[in-house]
Parts: sequence; C-alpha cells; structure tokens
Amino acid sequence: MNPLLAIWSGRRIPLAWLLLTRQPVRLAVALAGISFAGILMFMQLGFRDALFDASVTVHKMFNTDLVLMSPRTKSSISMAGFPRRRLVQALSDPQVQGISPVHWNLLLWRNPETRGTRSILALGFEPGDPLFHDPALTAKSSLLTQKGRVLFDERSRNEFGPVASWFRQGRTVESEVSGKRLRVAGLFAVGPSFGADGNLLTSSETFLSLLPNTPSGSIELGLIRLRPGADPDAVAKRLRQRLPKDVIVYTRNGFIEMEKDYWRSSTAIGFIFTLGAGMGFVVGCVIVYQILYSDVSDHLPEYATLMAMGYKLSSLLGVVAREGFLLAVLGYLPAYGAGLVLYSVIKSATKLPVQMDPDRAVVVFTMILVMCMGSAALAMRRLADADPAEIF
Amino acid sequence: MQSGSDQAARQPAPQGPPAIEIAGLSHWYGEGKMRRQVLEGVDLSITAGEVVLLTGPSGCGKTTLLTLVGALRQVQAGQVKVFGQELAGSSRAERQQLRRSIGMIFQGHNLLRCLSAEQNVQMGADLLAGLSYRARRDQAREWLRAVGLGDQLHKLPHDLSGGQKQRVAIARALATRPRLLLADEPTAALDSRTGRDVVVLLHGLAKEQGCGVLMVTHDPRILDLADRVLRMEDGKVVDSAAADPLAPGQLAVG
Repeated sequence: MNPLLAIWSGRRIPLAWLLLTRQPVRLAVALAGISFAGILMFMQLGFRDALFDASVTVHKMFNTDLVLMSPRTKSSISMAGFPRRRLVQALSDPQVQGISPVHWNLLLWRNPETRGTRSILALGFEPGDPLFHDPALTAKSSLLTQKGRVLFDERSRNEFGPVASWFRQGRTVESEVSGKRLRVAGLFAVGPSFGADGNLLTSSETFLSLLPNTPSGSIELGLIRLRPGADPDAVAKRLRQRLPKDVIVYTRNGFIEMEKDYWRSSTAIGFIFTLGAGMGFVVGCVIVYQILYSDVSDHLPEYATLMAMGYKLSSLLGVVAREGFLLAVLGYLPAYGAGLVLYSVIKSATKLPVQMDPDRAVVVFTMILVMCMGSAALAMRRLADADPAEIF
Repeated sequence: MQSGSDQAARQPAPQGPPAIEIAGLSHWYGEGKMRRQVLEGVDLSITAGEVVLLTGPSGCGKTTLLTLVGALRQVQAGQVKVFGQELAGSSRAERQQLRRSIGMIFQGHNLLRCLSAEQNVQMGADLLAGLSYRARRDQAREWLRAVGLGDQLHKLPHDLSGGQKQRVAIARALATRPRLLLADEPTAALDSRTGRDVVVLLHGLAKEQGCGVLMVTHDPRILDLADRVLRMEDGKVVDSAAADPLAPGQLAVG
C-alpha cells in the first residue's frame, strides 16, 4: 500500500483538533492572544529592520560588486581616505570590468532661507560615470559637469530649507558650503539615514574645491564592477591578497552589513525593538500557557479515563503537543496577514522601507512555535496529575 | 464467617481458564499513623466468561479491589493475576499494556465531552492495532447499534440522556474487545428501569464475547443476572452464593 495511504488509514480520532474546535470561545481567545503576540513581533522587528535598512539607502544606490575602503573607515559618518591608485590596481584583475572612485564626506549646508547650517552628506564622482543603479540618476549627473552644481536629495529633512519646493517652482536655488557658492541643478530621492539628515551629489571637481585640504589622489570609496558571471567572493579574495593592507575589500553585502553593524552596536535601537518583540513573545507565552493549562485541567478526568482504557501517557502528551502546534499555525496565519496590511500602511505613512521579509516571517513563526510548544510542555506537567485510579 | 479461599473452593468447577486469581490481597491507604487498611487478605478467582457481582456497604474496599484488578494501582501485598499475568511488582508500562485488554465502565460515564458518541466509541476501537480508520469507525458504529444507539451516532454526550451515555460507555468499553470487563456501579446514576436494561445489555454482550465481568453494584434488581454474587465487608469477602434469587433483605445497601 502507498505509505501515505497507510498513514491516512492508520489515523486515529483527531483528539487535539476536536478539543480545540469544540470549544470555540476558548480557541478564539487563544488565537487572538497568539495573533496579537505575532503582530507585536512583526511590528517591532519590522521597525527595527526598517530603521537599519534606512541607514543604508545611500549604500544601496551604488551599482557595484565590490567596494574598496580604508581600514580606518568604521561607518558612513567617519569615512577615511585611501590612495586612489589602489582602485586602479584592482583593474589588473581580469574579472574587473570597471571602477568608479567616489568622494564621501559630511559638509555644512547653509539653509538658503534661514541661513542656519547643518551637516549634510556629500558624494563626489565623475559625472556620467555609471555608478548608480538608477540610469535616470546617471543621466541627470551630466548636469554636474559645470563646476559648482549639485543634485539635492528632495527627501532630506526640512531643516535644510525648502530647496525642493523652490526648485520645482523654477527658482534658482543657491546655497553656500565652505564659503563656496553652490547652485542646485536637479533633485533626486534617497532620504535621510542615521548618519545624515540629507544628501548631496556633486562632481569630484566641485567636491574637492569644497574640501581643499583633501590630499590629492585620496578617495573614500572605490566601486568595482565585475564582468557578468564573475564570482564576487573569489575576486574579493584575490584582491585582498594582491592589494596592500591600506585598503579593505568588501563585497556589496559586506559594505551594507558593515554600516548596519555600526548602527546596531552603537545605538540602542536593536535592543529596544528586540525587547519589544520579546515582550510580545512573553505575553503570548502567558496566554497560550493559561489556555492550554486550563484546557488540560478541565479535561483531566477524561485524560485519566483514556489512561484507564490503556492509552499511554506519551500519546496523551502528544495530544497536548498537537494542540500547541495547531494553535501556533492557526494563530500565525492571521498575524502574518495583519503584518502585511500594517506594513503597507506604515510604509505609506512614514516612508520607512518596511516590508514582509521572508527571513522575518520565518523568525516570527519560529518564535510563535517555540511559544506554543513551550507552553504545551509546561501544561503537560498537569497531565502527571491524571491518576486513572481516582476516577472509579 | 469463612475466609475467601474457602469460598473459592466451594465454587462450581470453572468453565474456562481463570481470568482473575487473587490470593491474600491486602491494601492500605495513607502513611504512618494515618495508614488505614482497606483490603485484608482477599482471595478470589473468576473464570473467563463468568459474570460476578460484588456488593457490600460503601467503604468496604470494593472499588479499591476493582482498581487493583484493573491494573490502575500498584499491588502492595498479596497476589493478583489477570489472565495469568502477575500484577504485584509490575511496571507502569506492563500495567498500561494490560489495561488494553480490560474494559472499564465507570459510575460517571466519563465520556469525552468534545467527542460525539461515535467518536467516543472509536477512541476505544482506536486501541486495536492493524485496522484501518474506516474499519475502526465501522466497528464503533456496530457497537453503538448493538447498544441501541444506531441513530444517535453524531450526538455529543451533552445531548444524550443518562442511560444513553452509559450505553455509549459500554460500547466504548466493548470496542477494545476486552477479555475482562470491570464496572463500578454502572447503574448508580440511572433510574431502576434503565439501570436494569443497561445491565441486561451488558450481560448479554459480555456472554456473547466470552468476556468475564466483575461489577460492583448496590442495585438489588440486577443480582439475578450474575453467575455469582460476592459480598464484601471491612476489606474481606464474607459471603458468596450462586445467583439464586436472593431476598433483597440480605443485601445491605450502602
């Protein structure tokens, strides 16, 4: 016989399922509690990841496979320089297709309306260099060939002044950085991150004129694009062996993770939101434990009867475990659905890059499963009190 | 007053192999100063297919005897053999395994509230190995028909009358195909008419299956159904008689 068919015909009365579904009110309370805990975890972890993702929006703009940086660079707010010729040396690898040097620093932007200054992240590169994912942005960068022109991030915080609205109205928007006059030649959209309240793109030439003390031939970021089909990890390994120790080779993901790690370890955000998710977990545990414990207690004479009939204690423990598993699955599904809806609401309301990430969906399900199975394990201790001798 | 072993010797020759053999069984509850003896050297033997009723005032140890025979309690002193298996010193797993061949009917029917009549009976049939789900369900239905509940298959215990519940409990006990049936006052919660009907049914089905029955009862109206009536007092079996018509006055109702 087909083994699946054998399992099907060998099945027994689905006691766990019937125990749950024949008490609809208790089931509804349990599922509401589990879903609530699940939604709380989805929200907290979603916010946490979204905030970390927001810290690398600039990093994700770059179309690159490998990244060269100075070993002294620890985050986007403290980029150290390294010799540009290291990037040129990387070209000697046959798998490297192209390179783009990038200048990266924080500058003081003067609000054109209030004249107050505020720190803004400025990137300098060769206009027309295809270093961005977005081809429209690369095309727009040709506006920067004229000296003293910048592209301004329209999602920058309002403290930088009404630059975007003035620009759209057709006004000439000019500001001053390091005593040099700058004119806004266009807009792009990235958004603020932990490190920078706003972003600015400009040509290398303009960038260097704003920071005249930059040593010549020094850049902060070297982008390396590989030929199609090349293995970034293998090339990164080769470059690490070949290049001197005054540069570090990152893959694109390593570059992004380095920045996230910096904010993870230097802010309380990870702790706060993980704690929030942990509280959801604890609340869920308490609810599920209460439900399962009272369920076992209420049915204790019935469990004792089953033991008197010859059912093993282990098969009764299995009933409680299956109840826990069913609760986990049934409680997770509405939490997942509500998570999807809430993420889209939050995304449209806050512009945070929050979305249902498969890893997080698995993490939350695992947490709910642990919650339900752990509670079931605790509730099982009550089964030890089921003494078949007491029911006569 | 005679001892239990003399009683057993006086019995007519057993028709089959012994289902239960008890020798010198004593049992105590409590510890230290609170220790109280409930059974004092009980000797008893029941052959397969025999229907034995056990009467006596409450607190005389009837139920304790039943739980010991039913492998629900650890034997403290004496010997209890069920189907030749010694229960004294048996492990938990051995007793659990043995319970599968013993059907039990309780005073409170103890049906599973969340299961329908059919599902309750199938909980018994599910203990049988090597049968498909469908076969076990069909057996459950068959047993419910045998107890006259063929039209109540899908009702929950909540919707059944007391007599119907007790009949479901009988069907459940028989669905495990037991070789021995233990019943503790199965008629206590029923009116006299239903009570007798239930026991007549139980008696008939047990005889059909060749299954021994040990039933604790206070109900004088059903004594005529027994092959033997045993009377217990203060932890001892004090009197035994073939189930000739007995004057109800002889039977103290506890």
